[in-house]
Amino acid sequence: MNREAPLVLGIETSCDETGIGIVRGRELLSNTIASSMEEHARYGGVVPEVAARAHLEELVPALTAAVAEAGISLDDLDAIAVTSGPGLSGALMVGVGAAKALAVALDKPIYAVNHLVGHVGADILDGSGTPFEYPTIALLVSGGHTSLLLVRDLVSDVELLGETIDDAAGEAFDKVARLLGLPYPGGPEIDRLAALGDPAAIRFPRGLTLPKDMAKHRYDFSFSGLKTSVARWVEKQQDLGNEVPVADVAASFREAVADVLLTKAIAACADHQVPRLLLGGGVVANARVRELATERAAAAGVALRIPPLSLCTDNGAMIAELGAQLIMAGHGPSTLDFSADSTLPVTEIQVS
Amino acid sequence: MLLAIDSSTGTSVAVVDRDGGILAEQAVDDTMRHAEVVGALIRDTLSAAGVSAADLSAVACGMGPGPFTGLRIGIAAARAFAFGAGKRVVPLVSHDAVAFAWYAAGNSGDLLVATDARRRELYWSAYTGTTVHGLPIRSAGPGLAAAEDVPPGTGMRIDADAVSAGSLGMLAELTWAAGAGFAADEPLYLRSPDVTMSSRKRVTA
Ligand SMILES: [Zn+2]
Repeated sequence: MNREAPLVLGIETSCDETGIGIVRGRELLSNTIASSMEEHARYGGVVPEVAARAHLEELVPALTAAVAEAGISLDDLDAIAVTSGPGLSGALMVGVGAAKALAVALDKPIYAVNHLVGHVGADILDGSGTPFEYPTIALLVSGGHTSLLLVRDLVSDVELLGETIDDAAGEAFDKVARLLGLPYPGGPEIDRLAALGDPAAIRFPRGLTLPKDMAKHRYDFSFSGLKTSVARWVEKQQDLGNEVPVADVAASFREAVADVLLTKAIAACADHQVPRLLLGGGVVANARVRELATERAAAAGVALRIPPLSLCTDNGAMIAELGAQLIMAGHGPSTLDFSADSTLPVTEIQVS
Repeated sequence: MLLAIDSSTGTSVAVVDRDGGILAEQAVDDTMRHAEVVGALIRDTLSAAGVSAADLSAVACGMGPGPFTGLRIGIAAARAFAFGAGKRVVPLVSHDAVAFAWYAAGNSGDLLVATDARRRELYWSAYTGTTVHGLPIRSAGPGLAAAEDVPPGTGMRIDADAVSAGSLGMLAELTWAAGAGFAADEPLYLRSPDVTMSSRKRVTA
């Protein structure tokens, strides 16, 4: 096996994106993504069974497209990498079953890896600058997760500092969009409306930031209370016969989310004396989250990195890259006996 | 020579040859561990048969009916293996493999095949016999029904706990040799996805 610049194909099916990525060492050759997002729109959120069915249909077309784009021959691959978890279990299993069969057909080793750590690994593929050195704090925010990590080494030492104790931030965007009568996915809709509103119009609560919460949940997040608070405020206006100032609600809600995310992330940088912050996950598409991250990081003397959106949302390239990094660091492959693990802890970077 | 995979019940993998019969077959009956076992089953079955991916003509795949989470894993594995090996997938109705084995054992007459669909329902298919080539003739189904609503049938009934990939593979060989058509290349879930539509409830009374 080539351990200097291994050619790795990564398969990612933890949520609603079927991602196939191909990398050679640190070089991105293909980042092919087929999303079933539109199929979920009428339900207002990701329906696990709909996502799993879509993965099965998209799998071979995405593999075919990725291999063609990368211009490689399957025989030249050094390894297959696949997301073992965390994620939706029925969706994960499609990728796991396919990756194992592909590895056996090609007689190549397989690396079963952690999705969240994969998000951090995506940074290496960002051609716009030198990737971060470690340690770094990573803030991963999407419709499926909201996690704050301390990454001392990508392939051997990742610590979970905190995560959401209820809804993911992306989920909160979807739910608030719905109660404002906006379509799914909610993030871009709220972002668009919020640009027209006053972020200081309504003071919505910042979850788990009170002193009593900070003792126990310093780096944890909670968005369920915020969502309820928005609903309550909107209902009150409706009951009073007032027109709901949707742009102000969107702007104030978005501000509350961005504020709590960045307050905790910057605090983690300070507490651990780590002057680097990496953002990942689909919520990075949110203009205010990016803007506030830039402001707060600059003020705190923290270097900030935000990979392009195509590497921030779920994708197979980040899984391939984490596999490549494991190989380059001399790690052996997984067996063929691992399973999909919907709650895989972030400390398990590779599943044996 | 074919690799055959069926995960409509447990996970079954076989390597078959039209002249040599079932060269190797391995199965795990557990209906909850498809993703865990499918890779090693494929590797071990190929190695037991002394066959490599390049030796195969195609991959035969049971398209169900079967409970969707498990069914999908076998199909995903069959498609990915075929993609990797540069071979085609030949899809079959899983129940047909059960019927094929029964008729091939010398039985004749009407046959009803049923498998577990969970939620107190069954998947079922009805057969009337075989073609001159020995291919089972499915007269109705595959269908999904509450256990008590499955058509009674007029002949033998088999409630199958397992679908053999060996039988599925031999049926594929025979179908191929007879120039008969394969099933559609789509999973037979026979059930719509579960969707819990959340309503827009008030949070304040
Ligand atoms: Zn993700």
